[in-house]
Amino acid sequence: MKFPTFKSGVHPRDNKHFTESLPIEILPEPKEVFIPLQQHIGAPCKPLVEVGEEVKKGQVVGSTDAFVSSPVHATINGKVKAIGRYPAPTGSKIQMIHIVAKDEEDEQDAVDKDIETDWTALSVEELKDRIKKAGIVGLGGAAFPTHVKLSPPEDKPIDTFILNGCECEPFLTADHRMMVENPDKILTGMAIIMKVLGVKEGYVGIESNKPDAVKKMSAAAKDYGFNIITVKTKYPQGAEKMLIKAVKNRKVPTGGLPMDVGAVVQNVGTAAAVANAVINEKPLTKRIVTVTGNGIKEPKNLLVTIGTKFSDVIEHCGGLVDETSQVFMGGPMMGIAQFDLAVPVIKATSGIVCTTDYKQVEPLACIGCGGCVQACPMFLMPTRLARLSYIRYWSEADQMGIMNCIECGSCAYVCPSNIPLVQWIRVGKQKVYEIQCELVA
Amino acid sequence: MSEIEENKPKPEPKPVEKKKPDPRKKLAKPDKMLILNSSPHLHTTKSVKSIMWSVVIALFPAMAMAIYYFGLPAVWMILTCVAAALGAEIIMNLMKGEKITIIDGSAIITGILLALTLPPSFRLTSAALGSIVAITLGKHIFGGLGYNIFNPALLGRAFLQASFPVAMTTWSNPITPKFENTDAISTATPLGSFKFEKIFTDYSDMLIGNIGGSLGETSAIAVLIGGIFLLILKNADWRIPVSILVTVTIFGSIFWMLNPAQYPDPLFHILSGGLLFGAFFMATDMVTSPITTKGAWIFGIGIGILVVIIRLFGGLPEGVMYSILLMNGATPLINRYTRPRIFGESKK
Repeated sequence: MKFPTFKSGVHPRDNKHFTESLPIEILPEPKEVFIPLQQHIGAPCKPLVEVGEEVKKGQVVGSTDAFVSSPVHATINGKVKAIGRYPAPTGSKIQMIHIVAKDEEDEQDAVDKDIETDWTALSVEELKDRIKKAGIVGLGGAAFPTHVKLSPPEDKPIDTFILNGCECEPFLTADHRMMVENPDKILTGMAIIMKVLGVKEGYVGIESNKPDAVKKMSAAAKDYGFNIITVKTKYPQGAEKMLIKAVKNRKVPTGGLPMDVGAVVQNVGTAAAVANAVINEKPLTKRIVTVTGNGIKEPKNLLVTIGTKFSDVIEHCGGLVDETSQVFMGGPMMGIAQFDLAVPVIKATSGIVCTTDYKQVEPLACIGCGGCVQACPMFLMPTRLARLSYIRYWSEADQMGIMNCIECGSCAYVCPSNIPLVQWIRVGKQKVYEIQCELVA
Repeated sequence: MSEIEENKPKPEPKPVEKKKPDPRKKLAKPDKMLILNSSPHLHTTKSVKSIMWSVVIALFPAMAMAIYYFGLPAVWMILTCVAAALGAEIIMNLMKGEKITIIDGSAIITGILLALTLPPSFRLTSAALGSIVAITLGKHIFGGLGYNIFNPALLGRAFLQASFPVAMTTWSNPITPKFENTDAISTATPLGSFKFEKIFTDYSDMLIGNIGGSLGETSAIAVLIGGIFLLILKNADWRIPVSILVTVTIFGSIFWMLNPAQYPDPLFHILSGGLLFGAFFMATDMVTSPITTKGAWIFGIGIGILVVIIRLFGGLPEGVMYSILLMNGATPLINRYTRPRIFGESKK
């Protein structure tokens, strides 16, 4: 059977067998959490609490007036022990609020589950406000504030909403399990988002390697009138532009956003979080994390409290095996390698992948096989761009379209010479961006 | 502003708390060393080495047929060329002060490719010289594997063609019953006999290789088996052989239909000489062929047109070598002008 897809891309082994059939387990609340004040793209939050202050679960502890931003909440009941800069899983040190749980057990845990509002009675503005207040960001990994995405400018009419259930990253199964276990919540969230956007056409794109999810979602989607589209299993099928191409056969123009072709894409996890926020008025304090790989003793899909340290999560999964060489946040294609397991789970942590497979390889000269050119989903020439970046020809790199790179890593994946292509392109993009900023200023 | 100042004093002592008291202790005996690198963290199993060795394997059918038809001299020729290529590679590595790179298999390929394009009776010392030229002037002088402009084996062959023109066009008979009763030691290639005497050679002989010609080029079937093996592994761009063969067929047919007595039919074009060998093994050399798909088509079409022109109107009976070398030279230019249109880029 032929599934819709985009041109080029790569086929890494998906390695989802570790966790794809394991139900989501709830990780007990940790004794301490670190809440980074910036877990999203946009302006960082300012702390709203003092050291020593008692905080309740769901209380806003950081926020800002900037539009492109998202508030952060306390995820456990406890006391603020410190506010300071700690290592974050994104690789740098950022400001975090360190909350330590009180010794006594909290009794009011059950209370917050009772709220259930009829979302259809709420206005679009109220819905958007609830989404913003709940601190919802794109849970697929980019962590772009959801309320911003749901506020397209007037001159960009949106006619299509696509829910992204591709999960094209190898290893990760968080979205997959959620689709199997809770399709109704996801589709309710989707309906809410579509009401906010005023969109009638709703699609769910799921990769063909998740037939059980397709089945469950299709059965549930009948009541809503959404179209479930099975797309080809190929990396990076879950990239917005690639998904829009596969589902609607529209090409987002270079330098443009999905809204330029009338589409908005959201991750299934985000939709579920939206449903929680609107119906149960629960802020985003937990997310599903896939803990997997051959470096972990018991791979699991876990519902984790945001702010939990990686080490606590890993401990719950039996710990690392001795040969573990690397731990990533996110999937292996775009995830970030970690050196310190004291970093907290943040809103964008879709998975913790532990692997023993690291092998050091020397890059060789480019042999001009053209593999990267054929793999690039954006139809760039990665080998040329990486080379231009390497020899610091920024303006030529810009002319060759370096800024269109989506950093999916397909080029570096296929390179037989092990050249760090996407890595050099990232350097180039950063430089070109800096130069562009200078020119504007 | 004020908030930053307010917060500054607080964080300072706290992070220390989280770290271990003595940082040196941590360095000496880490609980767990995790390796940091930039994504992607996955990599395909394909490597330069695996690609190169697959080419060597793909050359086995052609080598086997060469040995079957031309006997021991073929074995010696292949061994000499490979040994000379490896020796030259080691010496160049040492001179450049780099790691010995014979393990990547590219020098072996150059040696085999060169041997298979030489006449069976060619002098071994000259063949070794050609092999050395191929590696040094063809590859290392440009910087080694990946930097060369021209296919090293073809450059070596061009050197031999220029240095030993007579020996390079003296073709000994295959050791098969067909040639047992002929008095002559040497024969002509199908291309040569057509060009100069207008004699056609039997297609079935050309298909299996029972003809005069270079060692590895005579048997079309052996070359096809190896070539298709490479295409299946995706270690050669299928567009290049396909575009070459299609172009030669179309372009050759035009002349054939104009004057069948003067010009050979397209099937003859394809089966004769080094066209198949060149299309599958020489032109598909990754280093010297374009990296873009559009470029691969242009590259192949260019070779096809040049082959027909040289064969029909040039002074030589065969033109595959020069066609490929010429298009090798054009490759950087082709790459430059065939940049694919970026996803979402507007047509202009």
